[in-house]
Amino acid sequence: MSTILIIEQVLNGLQFGVMLFLMAAGLTLIFGVMGLINLAHGSLYMVGAFAAAWVAGATGSFLLALAAALAAAAAAGALIEVVVIRRLYRAAHLDQVLATFALILIFSEGTRYIFGSFPLFLDVPDYLSGPVSLPGGIQYPLYRLVLIGVGLVVALGLWWLTAFTRVGIQIRAGENDREMIAALGIDISMLYTLVFAIGAALAGLAGALVGAIQSVQVGMGEPVLILAFVVIVIGGIGSIRGAFVGALLVGLTDTLGGIFLPEFFKLFMDNGPATQTGSALAAMSVYILMSIVLVLRPSGLFGARA
Amino acid sequence: MIAERYINGAVLLGLIALPLLALTADEIFTITLTTRAVILALAAVGLNIALGIGGMVSFGHAAFFGIGGYAMGILAFHAQTFTPLDLGAVEIGGTKSMPVIWLVATLISALVAWVIGLLSLRTTGVYFIMITLAFGQMFYYFAISWGTYGGEDGLSIYVRNGFPGLNTLVPIQFFALCFTALCGALILQWRLRASAFGLALNAVRQTPQRVETVGLNPMRLKLVAFVISGAITGLAGALFADLNRFVSPTMFSWQLSGELIILIIIGGVGRLMGPVIGAAIFVALEHWLGGLTDYWHVWLGTILLLIVLFGRGGVIGLLTGKEGPHV
Repeated sequence: MSTILIIEQVLNGLQFGVMLFLMAAGLTLIFGVMGLINLAHGSLYMVGAFAAAWVAGATGSFLLALAAALAAAAAAGALIEVVVIRRLYRAAHLDQVLATFALILIFSEGTRYIFGSFPLFLDVPDYLSGPVSLPGGIQYPLYRLVLIGVGLVVALGLWWLTAFTRVGIQIRAGENDREMIAALGIDISMLYTLVFAIGAALAGLAGALVGAIQSVQVGMGEPVLILAFVVIVIGGIGSIRGAFVGALLVGLTDTLGGIFLPEFFKLFMDNGPATQTGSALAAMSVYILMSIVLVLRPSGLFGARA
Repeated sequence: MIAERYINGAVLLGLIALPLLALTADEIFTITLTTRAVILALAAVGLNIALGIGGMVSFGHAAFFGIGGYAMGILAFHAQTFTPLDLGAVEIGGTKSMPVIWLVATLISALVAWVIGLLSLRTTGVYFIMITLAFGQMFYYFAISWGTYGGEDGLSIYVRNGFPGLNTLVPIQFFALCFTALCGALILQWRLRASAFGLALNAVRQTPQRVETVGLNPMRLKLVAFVISGAITGLAGALFADLNRFVSPTMFSWQLSGELIILIIIGGVGRLMGPVIGAAIFVALEHWLGGLTDYWHVWLGTILLLIVLFGRGGVIGLLTGKEGPHV
């Protein structure tokens, strides 16, 4: 096990982590401001990926594809917010879970109806493909580095948005006291639609970016959605900082666990059982991490309220 | 408006009459479908004790369903391959006997429910939903990566397990077994609700602080309910595996946990027969809509959305004109 391999895996884990952050940021923002659990967030991820794959196929431009992903996911998000989600803000969590579960069914089958069951493919553009040499002689795919960069830029942008802009102040005020900011003359339902659309656009962006290294298919959103939930629960629901820390923790645990746990068990077991035990544990590692965090801190690392 | 007890009676009669009619008309597949509905209903009755009475929105009940399924799968696998089951300290043989399998499935599910409950009940609200989901996923990924028992491909059991005095390969006899199990669980739920324990649990769902003030321990009440709930769902899992003669990690999937909640919502949360009505409608929709269009989930989703947004109290709420308990 060489240093180069370890560094590569750490970078892979970071890349996975920042993509999870794009998903988790929207989820946690929506929960923090509106108090809503949105299972359909994974569907918005899928919408982004499909829009990108379709536009890239039609025009050949990756940048246009990304723009389409952002626009399509934001539009889909705003649409479901106005039609369905808006009625759920005051409902019990159970109703929210069910209604958004219903939206997943509708989105998945609707997408299957339009695009068919076969996966679409979205290619990494030429100018972003191929490896780059990092200091220390490591060859690493440029595209994955770009993903890490995009994720960090979005994280910074979100921090700037919530900390320094007028909308950010309104969002933070909305988290604390809905009636008060409505009384101050801010159109609260407009603000909610905006927050929902921002969250949706981030999910769509993640879907398009990840869609270029995986296949774009129906049902691609749900595994990511569940991991994003794990992320925000670890970080504390409602906290963007928590989502960032949680996303990196989950990304690194998942990636490094898959590589190193089997190796670890080989130290004191036979090869066959070691690989099996190691990979079984690695597959569960993220969830084990989450239950440990919740048992120690029932409202997550940075969570203020349950 | 119709009184709830008439609805309950009609549903039970319907569940008996349908397979008997199918038997005389030689429609064996209808019996299998009804058996499927009965087993799903049993699983949902289990969940309803936690969700409807105790107010615990468990999004991970597939864990118990899957454990029941794998208890059957593993025991029957060792019996059909004539290999001993190595438990570390002791080796036991597999078995093809349903009563033994049921006992094992129920006990292990109860034990796992106790551990999951002990950890999860420290949290409330969304965190509880998410931690139960996480436990379900843990078992799902464990089952996928555990190659000894088929991993992702699952395990096929070639001959259905036996029950003393019955030929379980005859669909109507297997149906009778499952139906009896369902009735047992329904009676248990009915008695439980009326008992001191059930009343206290009901109170915990509404205002845990008051229950604590009168000197009861809400956490312990919830934990006991969660264990009973998990055990019943585990039994349903063992029956489901026997119905299909197949177990796979999909029995642990989070979609299944979601579907179990859907069954209860369609029928009516916290109602005695809510899960049964929900399961019957779900299986009927799955069969008929699934036959009409490949995209039947769109319609299932739409129906579900309408029920959540407008139809408080599910089918029973609609028929009786009473909303039923809130969770």
